[in-house]
Formats: sequence, structure tokens, C-alpha cells
Amino acid sequence: MLKALHENKGTQLVIGFFLGIGFGFLLQKGGVTRYDVIIGQLLLKDFTVLKVMLTAVVVGKIGIHFLWGIGMAQLHPKPGSMGSTLIGSLIFGAGFAILGYCPGTMVGAVGQGSLDALFGGIPGMLLGAGLFAALYPRLESRILNKGSFGELTLPQLLKVNHWWVIVIVAVMILVLLALLESSGL
Amino acid sequence: MAQWSPYAVGIGIGVLSWLAFLLSDKPIGCSTAFSRTSGMVERLFRGSRVAEKPYYKKFAPTVDWEWMLVVGILVGAFISAQLSGEFRATWIPQLWASSFGSGIGMRWIVALIGGVLIGLGARWAGGCTSGHGISGTLQLAVSSWLAVIGFFIGGIVTAMAIFRVF
Repeated sequence: MLKALHENKGTQLVIGFFLGIGFGFLLQKGGVTRYDVIIGQLLLKDFTVLKVMLTAVVVGKIGIHFLWGIGMAQLHPKPGSMGSTLIGSLIFGAGFAILGYCPGTMVGAVGQGSLDALFGGIPGMLLGAGLFAALYPRLESRILNKGSFGELTLPQLLKVNHWWVIVIVAVMILVLLALLESSGL
Repeated sequence: MAQWSPYAVGIGIGVLSWLAFLLSDKPIGCSTAFSRTSGMVERLFRGSRVAEKPYYKKFAPTVDWEWMLVVGILVGAFISAQLSGEFRATWIPQLWASSFGSGIGMRWIVALIGGVLIGLGARWAGGCTSGHGISGTLQLAVSSWLAVIGFFIGGIVTAMAIFRVF
């Protein structure tokens, strides 16, 4: 663990900035900062978004679990519940299709000159995040904790070693990607 | 080259996720930066009592690692678009224009509404397509796999309704 580095706040801001540059560069090169590509995915006509995400997940999870195994990284799975994760993700999905960008690709779209993302998406998302902060006390006591399952991971749920899940999910993803390619999508 | 293979891009993002865990002990994500910024904007109008809101006690309205990451996304996408000569100020995406015409007002209102929903939904779900969709699923978090399924079900149903596929 590079603990001293993690605790150096100034350096962390610089690292965050440079990782962001890499991320934004790749998102734009992948075409996923374009409205047409994202809507094409949601209409199941263009599978670029899924290909990018699933490849990142396969590469990412092998590396992260390797780093974790040798003590160089810690995992931070997010807690979840039906009331927060399920309801929130469906609201997000509706917004995803109406806007035609997700938060990261929306910022990348601004970088390539998309004014609908700059003047529509960004102020809208700030309003939505502010609205959530205003509603938070009421949502937290009534909805967000319904059906809570905490920071559960798939290996804990299935009670197996994490490498089984990594390998099986990776094979499923690779088969899906091969099927997409062979059917010309 | 204007566009790279989605697999090359996916491998690159996977490697970035290793670096984020290794160098910063953090998963890549985007949506809390918007909560923090929203708090900063609200503080301009309502003063320091904004920081007393329970949600801003969890996510203080300050610049942090993820906030800088989001600024970096803007810069990185700009560099990429510039290098391939794709940078162009546009109001109306092509697919939008061919279905709903080239009126700017309509696209602006709809983008604003979509923005409100992704802002609300991302914080409600505790993450977006980056934090849950990539960083969370690669940690094999149950919450993130559930979230990404919800994102796509909500997105596919809504997109098909908007573009009248049904």
C-alpha cells in the first residue's frame, strides 16, 4: 500500500486530474461521448457502450483483485439496498435516455463541443444532485434503507472464492462479446 | 485516428482503474463531484449553513480527488477531439435532429430534464455508470451489478418510448 502517497492531499488532486485526462481522452476516442452512440446502445442498434464497459470490467477486475491479493490495493464495494440502488438506478436510466449522456460522458461531450451537454445536461445534473441533497433526510428515513444488503459482493453472496466469480463472469462477458461480433453488431 | 476500437478503449479504462486503486486508493466515479459542486453553488446564495445539510456532511462541498478527475475528463476529451479535428460547437446531435428537428429550445429543455434525472438518480442509487457501472462491477459488488442492470433497463425502456420503437 502506498499509504504516504494516498494521504498527500495535494498530490492526490494532481493524480485525480491526470487520471481524468486519461479517462476523458479514452471516452472521446471510444465515441461514447456522442449522443448518437449512447442512444444507439439504448435502442440496441449500436453496442459500442457495452463493448467499452464490459472490456473495462474484465481487465479492471483481474488487475484489481491481483493487486488486492498482493496487498497493494483495498476494495471499496458500495453498500446497496432495493430502496436506493434499484429505484435510483431506474430514475437514472430514464435520465440517461432523455439526456443521451451519463455523467462522465456528458462532461466529455462538453470537451468535444456539445452545447446541449454544457447548457442542458450540466445545470440539470447540478439541480438533480441538489434536489437529492434537499430530499435526503426524508428519503433516508423512509426509502433508502428498504431491503438493505450492505457492502455485499458476489463471492460473499455465492460463498465461493472470488477468482471463481472473476473467471466465470469474464468467460460470460467474452462469449457475449464474441456473439455480438459474429452477429455483426 | 478519430475513433479507436471499443476493446482498446475498454482495456485502457481497465488499466486506469488499476492506477486509481493503486495510486489513490479510490474507484473512478463521477457523480459525487456534482453533489459537491451543487453544494458550492448553493453556498454562494445561502451561505455557510448549507454545509449543515445532512447530505453535505457526508459529501462536503469542496474540491477533492474525484472533482479533479471530472475536470480532467473535460480536458482529456477536448485534447482527443482536437487531435482528430472533431472539436465542433454543436447544439443538436444528428440522431436528435433527424427525429425531432433542429430547434435548439426543445433540445435544451429535454437535456435539462434528463440532467435533473441523472443527477437525482445517480445520488439516489449511490453512483453512476462509472462508479457503479465500471468501478463497482469490477469489484464484484452486488449493489453495482444491480445498479447497472437498472440503468440499462430504465434507459432501454425510456429510449424505446421516446423513439417510438414500441
